[in-house]
Amino acid sequence: MKSYHSGILTRAVKTNIKAWALLSPALLFLLVFTVFPILRSFYLGLTQFELGMRTPVFIGLENYLNFAKSQLFWKIMGNTLLFSLLTVIPSMVIGLCLALIVNKKFKGVGFLRTAFFYPVVMPMIAIASIWMFIYMGESGMLDQLLIMVGLKPLNVLSYRHTVVPAMSFMYVWKEAGYLMIFFLSGLQNISEEMYEAATIDGAKPWTMFRKITLPLLAPTLLFVSTIALTNSVKLVDHIVIMTEGGPNNGSTMLLYHIYQQGFAWFDQAKASALTVVMLVIMLGISMLQFVNTDSKIHYN
Amino acid sequence: MRKRFILIALFLFVAATSFVGAAGSQEPKQDAKMELTFFYPVQVGGPLTALIDKICADFMAENPNIAIKPVYTGNYDDTVVKIQTAIQGKNPPDFFINLATQRFSMASSQIAMPLDDFIKADGDAGKAYIDDFLKGFMEDSYVNGKIYSIPFQRSTMVLFYNKDAFSEVGLNPEKAPISWKELVEYSQKLVKKDAAGNYERYGVGIALNSGSAQWAFTGFALQNSVDGRNLMSEDGKKVYFDTPENAEALQFWVDLQNKYGVMQKGIVQWTDLPGQFLGGKVAMIYHTTGNLTNINKNATFKFGTAFLPGSKRIGAPTGGGNFYITSGIAPARQKAAWKFIKFATSAERLAQWNLDTGYVAPRKSSFETKLIKDYWARLPQAKVAFEQIPYAKPELTTYEASKMWRILNDNIQSSITGEATPAQAMKKAQAQAEDALKRYQ
Repeated sequence: MKSYHSGILTRAVKTNIKAWALLSPALLFLLVFTVFPILRSFYLGLTQFELGMRTPVFIGLENYLNFAKSQLFWKIMGNTLLFSLLTVIPSMVIGLCLALIVNKKFKGVGFLRTAFFYPVVMPMIAIASIWMFIYMGESGMLDQLLIMVGLKPLNVLSYRHTVVPAMSFMYVWKEAGYLMIFFLSGLQNISEEMYEAATIDGAKPWTMFRKITLPLLAPTLLFVSTIALTNSVKLVDHIVIMTEGGPNNGSTMLLYHIYQQGFAWFDQAKASALTVVMLVIMLGISMLQFVNTDSKIHYN
Repeated sequence: MRKRFILIALFLFVAATSFVGAAGSQEPKQDAKMELTFFYPVQVGGPLTALIDKICADFMAENPNIAIKPVYTGNYDDTVVKIQTAIQGKNPPDFFINLATQRFSMASSQIAMPLDDFIKADGDAGKAYIDDFLKGFMEDSYVNGKIYSIPFQRSTMVLFYNKDAFSEVGLNPEKAPISWKELVEYSQKLVKKDAAGNYERYGVGIALNSGSAQWAFTGFALQNSVDGRNLMSEDGKKVYFDTPENAEALQFWVDLQNKYGVMQKGIVQWTDLPGQFLGGKVAMIYHTTGNLTNINKNATFKFGTAFLPGSKRIGAPTGGGNFYITSGIAPARQKAAWKFIKFATSAERLAQWNLDTGYVAPRKSSFETKLIKDYWARLPQAKVAFEQIPYAKPELTTYEASKMWRILNDNIQSSITGEATPAQAMKKAQAQAEDALKRYQ
């Protein structure tokens, strides 16, 4: 349509084509490796597709209904929830404390920061192997320490009520340093003047923490909790190494069970259905973060 | 204009390379030399990788136009996963070693192919070859009357015991316990505690972790069952978990830990037992004969091997891996794979493998070789595994074998940790197993 503005229109269109052209390889990649698998998982979750079957058979929501009825499924969800709770809250608290410590400038702060951060860079497999040795029944370090002080050995990995807390402890040790980094950057964004003004007004450190630090850290707190939550659900290496999900599925978690269904027992349909469950959970957690950030943008 | 041209060229280049990157698996090399990929697991201690490499090197020396590429794929569990993944990725190995117990799954999902045609094509030599395999091991190869695998690294479970510890507590070091009753008696004598009441040495050790408990349990079930029946039917479609005798066997395990206090409480790992044995922390262990070489090399004390203590009868599980050929590969590759399998399972080579590892050679004629006779003269403990074979039966083998093992092991663990009584555990295992096998009935 020829008009006075035709020059500007064509320019806009040209810019758009350029943009799409440059984006298309990445878009293609995303389509093939992210969108398509998600859609296929949704589809397979509605089918029956076990080992030896040539093609999947559509059965609707039966997989999900079976999960809802399954004792094992709820046990696994319980384990996953417990692990998340026992890792997210302590690692955030400890991460925040560590960040407060290393936020000041004193001699050796660089060393401390490195020391706190170093478990993060170790691969989970190495950490799991080491802690498996520590937790080994009776001959491991933990039980030997207990024996030395006159207590009875615990054999933490063998029993339902200790295995998840034991793994959580190990993971908090690993993760706190990672969260410390986020808190550190959040803390450094709080201007010093606030603290100076509060000191002039005679406020005590704890009051300053409650009234200044925490509120201004709120966006960071939410972000860190999202990261910590999603990380705890994604973790599976330690289960493979330390317990294979035992004893009696006492340490089996959602992602490990997906691996079992899909790769040990070749049941693609159930594995896909479980993947969808996990996806919904992760999306739910992330949504909280995004919704909140959106509201904060207007606030700022 | 120039800028736009460069931009478009850049885009096309990126698009093209990203397509190529996403292309998928490679084409097999079509050289004059055929290259076969071979997946194999290692489940025991020792330098088995080097041994496999040697067999491949020897084969390639005799067959210059066939190259074998051996790929180590972890333990049996890992190997099963890797094979399935490779097949789904359209890049399967040409042949592989897998658990003998996986044969129903391999056959029903058409991952492995039947070998009867190759055997027939070899005529009389083929028949003699198959007949030479020990019945206890060859039993494990049939699905619906067809042979799907060839025994290679086969094992049976034996009792390793610390002769020095026996002498120390006044037991005859040449007489291992022969019954469950004696097992308890001897273990109670062998237990050593320090002043504070902590265990310095346990009497007996049995592995109870997820991948391993079912093996020992097969032995105990065979020893105690009413008519010697195994945990499953021969056609792989039914399981017999829920019997009073099996509950009794599981109760025995629980008692060893709690009532008699001769076994470490909780879940002991398969891989930890040899170390504990060598370190003198446990006087007797139920373990695979495949660990014999490793234990012999590292023991700082006199040790012996013995039949598993029996109950109503002597019984033991067989285990270990067989050769399978992947179905769907080109006929020329199948023939080459068959050639390699026959090469690796010659009587001499199986005897050598027996020597190098402690696995039992599955062929009768291996035991007539000078190699084995000298070996037994040097290491009489090795003979025990062979002598136990007539009493040995296959370990838990059904359709959906991995899932069956998991079901049995989970329920065994539930009883060990006190979450269920042995009777309840066996009942639950039976129910779960029947549910999983429903579609094969």
